[in-house]
Amino acid sequence: MAKRIEAKDLNIFYGNYHAVQNVNLTVEPRSVTAFIGPSGCGKSTVLRTLNRMHEVIPGAYCTGEVNLDGVNLYGKGVDPVAVRRNVGMVFQRPNPFPSMSIYDNVVAGLRLNGVSNKKTLDEAVERSLQGANLWNEVKDRLGKPGVGLSGGQQQRLCIARAIAVAPDVLLMDEPCSALDPISTLAIEDLIQELKDQFTVVIVTHNMQQAARVSDQTAFFNLAAQGQPGELVEMGATEKMFSNPEKKATEDYITGRFG
Amino acid sequence: MSDTVNETPAQVDLSRPTGKRQMVDNLIRGLVWIAAAVAIVPLFWILGTVVAKGAPLLFTAEPDYTRICAVEAKAPTKEFLDYKRVAASECDKDDTDNAKNIWLSGGKYPGVNEFVAYRPVTPLTKDPNAAASGGGIVIKGREPQAQKQSVVGIPSSDKAGTVRTASADWWTKDQSATDLREVGGGALHSIIGTLELGLITSLIAVPLGILGAIYLVEYARGKGFSKVVSFMVDILTGVPSIVAALFIYAVAITILGGTRSTMASALALVLLMLPTVLRSTEEMLKLVPDSLREASYALGVPKWKTIMNVVLPTARKGILTGIVLGMARVMGETAPLIILLNYGPRLEWNPTSNNMGSLPTQIMGATEVAANYPGAERGWGAALTLILIVMGLNLIARTVGRSKKSR
Repeated sequence: MAKRIEAKDLNIFYGNYHAVQNVNLTVEPRSVTAFIGPSGCGKSTVLRTLNRMHEVIPGAYCTGEVNLDGVNLYGKGVDPVAVRRNVGMVFQRPNPFPSMSIYDNVVAGLRLNGVSNKKTLDEAVERSLQGANLWNEVKDRLGKPGVGLSGGQQQRLCIARAIAVAPDVLLMDEPCSALDPISTLAIEDLIQELKDQFTVVIVTHNMQQAARVSDQTAFFNLAAQGQPGELVEMGATEKMFSNPEKKATEDYITGRFG
Repeated sequence: MSDTVNETPAQVDLSRPTGKRQMVDNLIRGLVWIAAAVAIVPLFWILGTVVAKGAPLLFTAEPDYTRICAVEAKAPTKEFLDYKRVAASECDKDDTDNAKNIWLSGGKYPGVNEFVAYRPVTPLTKDPNAAASGGGIVIKGREPQAQKQSVVGIPSSDKAGTVRTASADWWTKDQSATDLREVGGGALHSIIGTLELGLITSLIAVPLGILGAIYLVEYARGKGFSKVVSFMVDILTGVPSIVAALFIYAVAITILGGTRSTMASALALVLLMLPTVLRSTEEMLKLVPDSLREASYALGVPKWKTIMNVVLPTARKGILTGIVLGMARVMGETAPLIILLNYGPRLEWNPTSNNMGSLPTQIMGATEVAANYPGAERGWGAALTLILIVMGLNLIARTVGRSKKSR
């Protein structure tokens, strides 16, 4: 189920503004890759192109390819909506649907894509909530509103919602930055478990988190002041944090800037 | 001892203002009080008057005066105003016998034994000034002198009482059998008419308003076009109702050849309700955070499904409030009803007919007779009914709008 995703010669534009240039990277299946870098360098932008979410912003487009196990997501005739069924996303602020209960939130993706068999949905709910380490806490109140949970629980609910549709790749855009340290730890443990089934790409501002959680790390930076962002270096996490090749990477890791 | 060494410091003045300062304070306070009273007292006065005059009609019925008759010993030479001729058998036997005795004993018409009975159309009531009417019973609302000429031979009787009995006639009968000068009947035709009008208007205005708002917020947001449309719709919320009625008259009736009818009135009311529903729905949709839409897109849900299943349910409460408030506004609009519909006293369900009752036009009709006639009093009842409907809708809007846990 987990697939390889790679970007080839990816350039991202917002209208006339060239935001990110020449990104080439590969994410192996069943691994966790972290995107790190200073603010505004394009990490979230690149993440969003991996499931064509940047297209909801008017005027945003990109050139190049993003291949999911060889299939180009930007090919002719590809439906962006279908892409997002295969590449899921979890956002920075937890955003459960307020008009739905916990149960309805988890199966929202399935139901709105036509699945209505109650048995299938029940199984999906238990499987996803187990997978998100939330089942024991909410199994007795699945009918309660999704917004009645704490911040950490809401984020795990959103993760359950994202994995319920069984995507091949799971993208996470700073999933812990709105949470307290205990919830953050819970989510980080969860990511280690999710990696058995999914390919995970996580954008994070927190370098220690990247070091703890990821197998591969990609460092993004602006080419120069006023220039587009670019991928500076990517490699195994241990190597990136102890012995990076580029000086800019080392400066960032050691805190000289960023 | 020198005082310059041991000078006491100047006292801090904490006393209340006196003299001119106090007068100005009191004057301002008095003016504010008077202005508030001038604003608030009429509101309560109106409400009190409507409730006092209308409530008896809604829940009670006038006592039945119909059996009180005037009996004459010969065929009348003139028709009395406000009387209708009835068979003597319709009258109370006591009244008939009494009258016969009075006439016969007075020897006025020897040999005549034909009696003609009249019953007043307008109900009788006890006269506070019994001497002028010669008997204690008068036609409600008529001057005492006029009474004397028209009330012939009616015995004084305690049957003309003022105790009303509880009755639901107001809600179950229409005015098809009742003249403006008569008691009886109810307002069912007006209530059904007003509610039917509101229903037809909502069925057209609500979908159009919601869909228009969805377009402005979900598909055209940020573009100059949607700003222009929002601005125009804001202006339309202030269109006077008679202008909307004139427009429908010109287009639907003169140009397209339709007829005056409930449907035509409903179209004019749609023009008045639509801007309210559209603007309030638009504001509610804008309040739904974009993060919810993004979460839905990220699950692979197409845009229209996101709108139907995520955005609209999240904004549901506010949209409902806007709809109910829009309905409350149009329920009382009278100009379209005057121009585009005839008032009919009979209960009518067909919206294409041109004779349908409605509460505002019943109130208007009530002003066509003198203030004490039952028809005029029914106007107050209609006013109270209309206020109850509008207030009921406002209460529903508030209850829906109050934050409650979503299911």
